[in-house]
Amino acid sequence: MYGLKDDWELEPRARRFVLEDYQGATPRWCPGCGDHAILNALQRLARDEQLPPEKTVVVSGIGCSSRLPHYMKTYGFHGLHGRPLPVACGVRSRRPDLNIFVITGDGDCCAIGTAHWIHAIRYNMKMTVMMFDNNIYGLTKMQSSPTTPKKHFSFTHPGGAPLSPINPLAVTLGVRNLSFLAQTIDWNPPHLYATLRAAHKHEGLAFVRILQRCPHFMPEIWTRLQEDPQLVMLLEHPEGIQLEDAAKRLFKRRREHDPHDLAAAHEIVNDESVVPIGLIYKNENAERYDAFSSRGIEMTTEEKLAAAQQAIDRFLI
Amino acid sequence: MTSSHAASSQPSSSPEPRVERVSEHIVEIVSDSGEGAQTAGQMFGTVSARMGNGVWTVEIIPAEIEPPFRSRAGASGNRIRISSGAATNMGDEADVVVALNEQVLYSRIDVGALRRGTIIFLESKWGEIDDEKIRREYREALEDFEKRGYRVFEVPMERECLKIVRDPRRGKNMWVLGMLCALYGRNVEFVHEEIRKKFARKGEQVIESNRKLVDAGYAWAQQNIPFRFEVPAQPAEKPRVVMNGNQAVALGIMASGIEVVSMYPITPATSVSHYLAASFDKAGGFLHQAEDEISAIGFAIGASYAGKVAATVTSGPGLALKTEFIGLAVMAEIPLVIVVVQRGGPSTGLPTRVEQGELLASLFGSPGDVPKVVIAPSSIEECFHFIITARTLAEKFRTPVIVLTDANLATGQQPFTRPEVRPEWLAPPLDMAPWDRNVAPYDWDRETGLSRRPIPGQRGGEYVLTGLAHDRWSHVAYESAINQEAMSMRSRKLAALQRTLKPPKVYGDPEGDLLVVGWGSTRGAIEEAVDRVRADGGRVSSLTLRFLSPLEPGLAEIFRRFKQVMTVEINYSDDGDDPAVTRESRRFSQLAWLLRAKTLVDVDCWSRVPGTPLPPGRIEKEIRRRLDGEKAVRHEEAKNVRTQG
Repeated sequence: MYGLKDDWELEPRARRFVLEDYQGATPRWCPGCGDHAILNALQRLARDEQLPPEKTVVVSGIGCSSRLPHYMKTYGFHGLHGRPLPVACGVRSRRPDLNIFVITGDGDCCAIGTAHWIHAIRYNMKMTVMMFDNNIYGLTKMQSSPTTPKKHFSFTHPGGAPLSPINPLAVTLGVRNLSFLAQTIDWNPPHLYATLRAAHKHEGLAFVRILQRCPHFMPEIWTRLQEDPQLVMLLEHPEGIQLEDAAKRLFKRRREHDPHDLAAAHEIVNDESVVPIGLIYKNENAERYDAFSSRGIEMTTEEKLAAAQQAIDRFLI
Repeated sequence: MTSSHAASSQPSSSPEPRVERVSEHIVEIVSDSGEGAQTAGQMFGTVSARMGNGVWTVEIIPAEIEPPFRSRAGASGNRIRISSGAATNMGDEADVVVALNEQVLYSRIDVGALRRGTIIFLESKWGEIDDEKIRREYREALEDFEKRGYRVFEVPMERECLKIVRDPRRGKNMWVLGMLCALYGRNVEFVHEEIRKKFARKGEQVIESNRKLVDAGYAWAQQNIPFRFEVPAQPAEKPRVVMNGNQAVALGIMASGIEVVSMYPITPATSVSHYLAASFDKAGGFLHQAEDEISAIGFAIGASYAGKVAATVTSGPGLALKTEFIGLAVMAEIPLVIVVVQRGGPSTGLPTRVEQGELLASLFGSPGDVPKVVIAPSSIEECFHFIITARTLAEKFRTPVIVLTDANLATGQQPFTRPEVRPEWLAPPLDMAPWDRNVAPYDWDRETGLSRRPIPGQRGGEYVLTGLAHDRWSHVAYESAINQEAMSMRSRKLAALQRTLKPPKVYGDPEGDLLVVGWGSTRGAIEEAVDRVRADGGRVSSLTLRFLSPLEPGLAEIFRRFKQVMTVEINYSDDGDDPAVTRESRRFSQLAWLLRAKTLVDVDCWSRVPGTPLPPGRIEKEIRRRLDGEKAVRHEEAKNVRTQG
């Protein structure tokens, strides 16, 4: 083959993207919903990184959070409940040129999508996975989710949730080949932004749990955290999430944590007395499945033809 | 050789064996699992195909991975039908069976694979073994076989193999292969070449010892078997290949430019992934083994959304799990090839056995109205070519295409003309030219329902695919009129596709007393049955449908030219004459159900779910029964006319 590449393009002049270039339909989330803050952070990130909208794909499942792709002006995939990760992995498998963001909720990811969650972490294909965790099913109007606190009222558990919630951080940390795990909160825009930025820059699957407010069905759940600064602990490290000093001052509790220290990471996520915020674990050397899956994407038609002919010849009699 | 009927079957001392010329023969090799009867049978089939015979091989598979030794459930092996013309199905009873013990042979007797006069070559060591119980079982079986009218030849396979190898359990199969080659005059050079191919990775020593075993079996048969069979062959003019349906699917995938195959292991579809694993990457493809069936199709849909041509391969229970995503692919108009290698159902059913039970599930098994293309290859050669068709249709019509094969095609082997891969079979490379912003991502053409699709990376084409009801711009739509329009646009694609199809060709006369309609792997057996009845003057024809959704055009018109129309299928139906069933309550087989609804013709059906392919003899019997019924009716009518006159 000779001449232009299949995906050639001629750029007459450099493009400069502004926020509006990433703003799609008007969000229809409730006023005060944490999703608005996350959407803003993502749009800002895209603008600051100058991600071409046509090279950006936002994949989601079903739920309040999963409406997010409609509010971006990039490519989007709003698919099935619990299944954004297989789709995102499929997109990534042969398209190393795309920026992929996955939007999923606590029900979407930790209930119906559990198998995919665990295996996507294991596959470790480059993408930013944002799990919006508001501890409740919002779109179906207040049923217990896997992260709903014990004894908390919901329509499915009027006497209070009978079981302790799943700990998404501990589960994620338990998966071999984990590459990046962070936690942030929607009500601290600088930290939220810095975390998404670090996740996007990471070469591999970055899993970010975002504690997200649902003022309608879970109004009190994070106010406790907002009112008592002692309950939130900022993880600090030169290789962690970097914050301006002014933003740091909002966190009364801090801890030095090397994100490469797996044992310390386990200790942090299993300490139920405090909510850790920041980079919990990072492994730049985790194997990447997309390195393997994208082999041969440059192959020419002639090469493919020749290989198919050869394969058929093995059955000649 | 010793024989159970001493007088008639003793080897003659004459070196000139009696040669019987036959137009076709069915040979079976059965053994305990792990003794290699599968391999020997497949090689015998391949060598026969190379000699110019028509061949159809069927795997005999035990239900368990390691069944107990000498058990009926444990029979493993191969049936090889060789013929002068093309072999299109597994045929009826076997002419020759080689059995490595009498218990596995019983499993074949139980399914009716033998008839009076079938020649059995039986391992004789069980009559001499220390274990009294086994000796007794063996002696009793010999007596029983004689009563049933089989012609048994006891063969000291193990004793002969021990002259060459220390462990005859590994190697008896090659000795048996050699014996069969002498019996059917096969070219031993071809066998040696097959051995080299098959055992290339195991090294020179293994190749050499297997060749010696083949030669020894051959020599033994020459000295000890007083008869030969000759199945005249016609050497093919064009180069031919031999493979099974799953291999054909895998090669079709490569030849069609499909770039991503994502699947989860499920019998009998799994081996497609084995063949792909061996060479897919050399053709620029990627094989993903997902964590479950749902993820497998999700991955393929993701790849397809990103512009790559993708496929997923599964079987019944896997199809059930995939249905929600299939619905999404229909709704969001994602091209996708879905190969369903049908097995026995319902539930986990008969995992290694054949059934055609997924037709209606393919058509309707998703929430809501899910128009999609469903096609069914009827031969192994078609398994290859239909993947290319499916890929093209999926892309052109922007829709999932389901390809229904079954366990019979998946494991059967058949020779066919080597396909010459053409550049136009390959999916075109991605066009990343900017998208015209004025064109909607679903710019449905009102006539055809077709639309172009933007692909991530195409500037100006940014859209959000959604499984929710949406308008042309893929905006979530709550207005009722929009949903109505979108539904009709997706449905219109089938009407547009049907306009491009030819009416199917009737096999036999275009009119008559009975038309047998089938689909998929039953074609060979149905046509053979039709031929037999027509040879006796029966006015019967048959029709094989390759397109099930949309159906091929002109069916009602074709049906009107026959007095009776019935389907023959391997899926469940109530028998029409079952006293517990009324005309009103009767449940029809799946194609019959569909044809009745689509043509308003009173299509009848005859179906069985034995877990095995339907033998032509059984179909023939049913056709004769129907025709006799027709004759009786005609007779009655004639009588009425006479009395009235």
